[in-house]
Amino acid sequence: MLRHIHLKDHFLETRLFTTRVVVALVFMVLAMLGLIGRLFYLQVVQHELFSTESEDNRVKIVALPPNRGLIFDRNGVPLADNLPSYHLEITPEQVKDMDATLRGLGAIIDLRSEDLDRFKKMLERTRRFDAVPLRFHLSEEEVAKFSVNRYRFPGVDIAVRLSRHYPLGKYAVQPVGYVGRIDENELQTLDPANYSGTTHSGKIGVEKSYESLLHGTVGYQQVEINAQGRVLRVLKTTPPVAGQNLYLNIDFRLQVIAEAALGDYDGAMVAIDPNTGGVLALVSTPGYDPEPFVNGIDRATYKALQSNPGKPLYNRALRGQYPPGSTIKPFIGLAGLALGATDADHHIFCPGYFQLPGVTHKYRDWRPQGHGSIGLRDAIIQSCDVYFYQLALSLGIDRIHDFLSRFGFGSNTGIDVLEEKPGLLPSREWKRRTRNQDWYPGETLITGIGQGYLLTTPLQLASATATLSMRGQRYAPHLLYATQKPGDSALKLAPPVPLPKVDGVEPDAWQDVIDAMTGVVNSARGTARSIGANAPYLIAGKTGTAQVFGIKQGEKYNKNALDVSLQDHALFIAFAPVEHPRIAVAVIIEHGGHGGSVGAPMVRTVMDQYLLYSTP
Amino acid sequence: MSFDSFESSSHARKGWLARLHLDLPLLFGLLITAAVGLVVLYSASGRNMDMVTNQALRLAMAFAGMILVAQIKPQQLRLWTPWLYGLGVVLLIAVLLMGQIGKGAQRWLDLGVIRFQPAEILKLGLPMMLAWFLADSALPPRPWRMIAAVLLIVVPVALIAKQPDLGTALLVACAGFFALFLAGLRWRFMAWAVLLIVPVAALMWHYGMHDYQRQRVLTFLDPETDPLGAGYHIIQSMIAVGSGGIYGKGWLNGTQSHLDFLPERHTDFIFAVLSEEFGLIGAVILLVLYAFLIVRGLYIATQAQDTYTRLLAGTLTLTFFVYVFVNAGMVTGLLPVVGVPLPLVSYGGTAVVTLLTGFGMLMSIHTHRKLLAT
Repeated sequence: MLRHIHLKDHFLETRLFTTRVVVALVFMVLAMLGLIGRLFYLQVVQHELFSTESEDNRVKIVALPPNRGLIFDRNGVPLADNLPSYHLEITPEQVKDMDATLRGLGAIIDLRSEDLDRFKKMLERTRRFDAVPLRFHLSEEEVAKFSVNRYRFPGVDIAVRLSRHYPLGKYAVQPVGYVGRIDENELQTLDPANYSGTTHSGKIGVEKSYESLLHGTVGYQQVEINAQGRVLRVLKTTPPVAGQNLYLNIDFRLQVIAEAALGDYDGAMVAIDPNTGGVLALVSTPGYDPEPFVNGIDRATYKALQSNPGKPLYNRALRGQYPPGSTIKPFIGLAGLALGATDADHHIFCPGYFQLPGVTHKYRDWRPQGHGSIGLRDAIIQSCDVYFYQLALSLGIDRIHDFLSRFGFGSNTGIDVLEEKPGLLPSREWKRRTRNQDWYPGETLITGIGQGYLLTTPLQLASATATLSMRGQRYAPHLLYATQKPGDSALKLAPPVPLPKVDGVEPDAWQDVIDAMTGVVNSARGTARSIGANAPYLIAGKTGTAQVFGIKQGEKYNKNALDVSLQDHALFIAFAPVEHPRIAVAVIIEHGGHGGSVGAPMVRTVMDQYLLYSTP
Repeated sequence: MSFDSFESSSHARKGWLARLHLDLPLLFGLLITAAVGLVVLYSASGRNMDMVTNQALRLAMAFAGMILVAQIKPQQLRLWTPWLYGLGVVLLIAVLLMGQIGKGAQRWLDLGVIRFQPAEILKLGLPMMLAWFLADSALPPRPWRMIAAVLLIVVPVALIAKQPDLGTALLVACAGFFALFLAGLRWRFMAWAVLLIVPVAALMWHYGMHDYQRQRVLTFLDPETDPLGAGYHIIQSMIAVGSGGIYGKGWLNGTQSHLDFLPERHTDFIFAVLSEEFGLIGAVILLVLYAFLIVRGLYIATQAQDTYTRLLAGTLTLTFFVYVFVNAGMVTGLLPVVGVPLPLVSYGGTAVVTLLTGFGMLMSIHTHRKLLAT
């Protein structure tokens, strides 16, 4: 041992060292094999997993939203189109001094403080190489001003996006509707794949009901991105397929003329082509401009629309439910003829009122002195109430209900927009179900002159008038005239939607009622004779006045003494030409007074436009 | 000793090489590895030729330094050893003091002309010091000598860990351990040391580590817990390696590296770039190159003629292996992320200079042997 301390044993030391080196070598070989094993595990065993993850890292799918289909009227006049809208965008990484840039831009373009606030908020959330919008919807003047100064603002650019535009504004808003930003609820119902990248969808009108045709099919771009998400190159593009163009049955001229004819009145007018059910005009006044809704209406504008007493957002043509008044009489008369409750020769005596047996209450005629002895034809022409009290009584409410329902009263017409209301066609069963009350005979009487529980929409009236003009041939009112695939000039016509024909009515009965309605416009005592006298085509029609305010027994209706909001609604239904009907119209003017003097001239202007000036 | 006489005759045969004191296998191995490194760097830097030229210049200077060191006789190195070690420790203390003034991590010493990390000196200085100290008496060393040797290790390691540079500290500690191991550290001491590591590690965890260091360890244990934070590096690196497959995506075609998903791709994670672009085959070839260098280094150690050179050569070689293993292990998710470059391949000058200086010493040791057999 002593020797070992003082003297070195070279042989032993070498052997010890060599042993240790061999041990280290073994460890090293094992470690290397471990590394290679790990590489084998990652690169061979798990290769597929990591390949996928690497691809997922690298490749992103970017949605390319399709261009929305355009909407035209039957003549090809655009009702909804996509216009380029100019936005000012800033790419932060290209801007050296953001404050100076914003100051400089503010000198040439109007920047409001809310624009700047929103921009600064977005700036914090956005990646440096992504453009951040600063101002939306630049005017052409602003675009020009910026373009001239563009060289001064590196990183600032004008972006063009398509924005929905409604050239006719308020004149076509009821049939066309509008689009708006997709909201939370809609996200649940829309196909998330097809709508990735789409910001707007139809909210109302044709824009909503034909959303699936208008939207189109989304396209995709496979892009390669880096770790920061910057798009480096496009790997593959599947172009989007634009939505289909829609041609509506609407004639924009009728639409404008009807709106103008209604003037300052609150009301609605619907015109239908009886041969197809095509809706030629669908107007509700006052209207409103749909454009503010497209990119989010501001609070003040919306509040103004809501507090407007004329309720512009309320589509009276589809949703307004009014007592039809005397416009129901031709249909009641037809029911009487068809069901044998009366015939063309049957006359009654009208003393100016009607009394149910054993009851003292007097049901008044609009003409206090009465119409004397009167048959169905004159009862329609002069709108005799007593005749229809009696006829309604002999028909009974159940037969009235069944017959009127065949014209579509009391149920949705099936028009191709979603907002319509069904109106109300009362029956014994209905009253029992909803009010738990018996039906009274007096209620049958007033149903016979279009009062009481009976409610119809202007669309229903127009549709029923069209059916009457076609002697029972029925079509669902239809806004869509044709569709057009993108890039295709050919139109694919939308076929009319036939409904069950009103049958069991003798041709003579149709003829008698249509003759009577022709008399309303064209005979000396007709309630709408003012428009028949100089018409170059033959019109058949029926006036109506719907009571808003119940007049007490023994009182007289005095228009001048009543507040405007309690004055009667004026109604008028008509079709023309009588022999080969091409247009059927219903109009309602809220608090307009008498249908013959107020409504009929409005209908005449629309008919003139369609029959005399418009080429089909 | 007939083998040595063969060596001496080969000296005579390879005239100029012998006069330059170069070891041909090592030189070739190093040159090929460095060349591979430049090729990978070109891709990892995103075809940045400036970076490649820059690194090539550094390599050239480092190779020149290696040749220079190879001329120095081992006896001379042995003479300088304590001074070098002492200088390293003093500079470490200086850096630490400046760091306290400057508040924060301080690893660099700025000498105006050159900026360098004193820790690099210890990468060579510690193996040299231990070889010098242990060669003084017979092997295996007596226990008190072992304790003194451990102190020689602990002082610089603690100073480096304090900077804080845990990775380098561990590597320097490793080098120290290898010296002790090769000197004949008894197995039962090693067993005791392993048992001691557990409480020491626990103490380190609670008192000796910064939060980010703890986070690194936690992230290593389960990278998925923090996929976008600290675990991101490991996950992206494993994706790069794994997606390379057997044959790789091809040079310059690595998507993980070229699209910035791979962090530190031209420095610490360059092995992932190689594995992604050249696949399992490329990675194994590089590992084989390293293995060749290591085996040659160990051979030189066994052929060394005295304890000092033997221990020095063995320790330097094993430390070289640890660099390779720790870096490749980190990149493949076997080991935690510690900032260790891949020898000769990662971008950077200091590590290469230190490394090739070490190889210069190996060459010196091998080419300055006395011909005993004659």
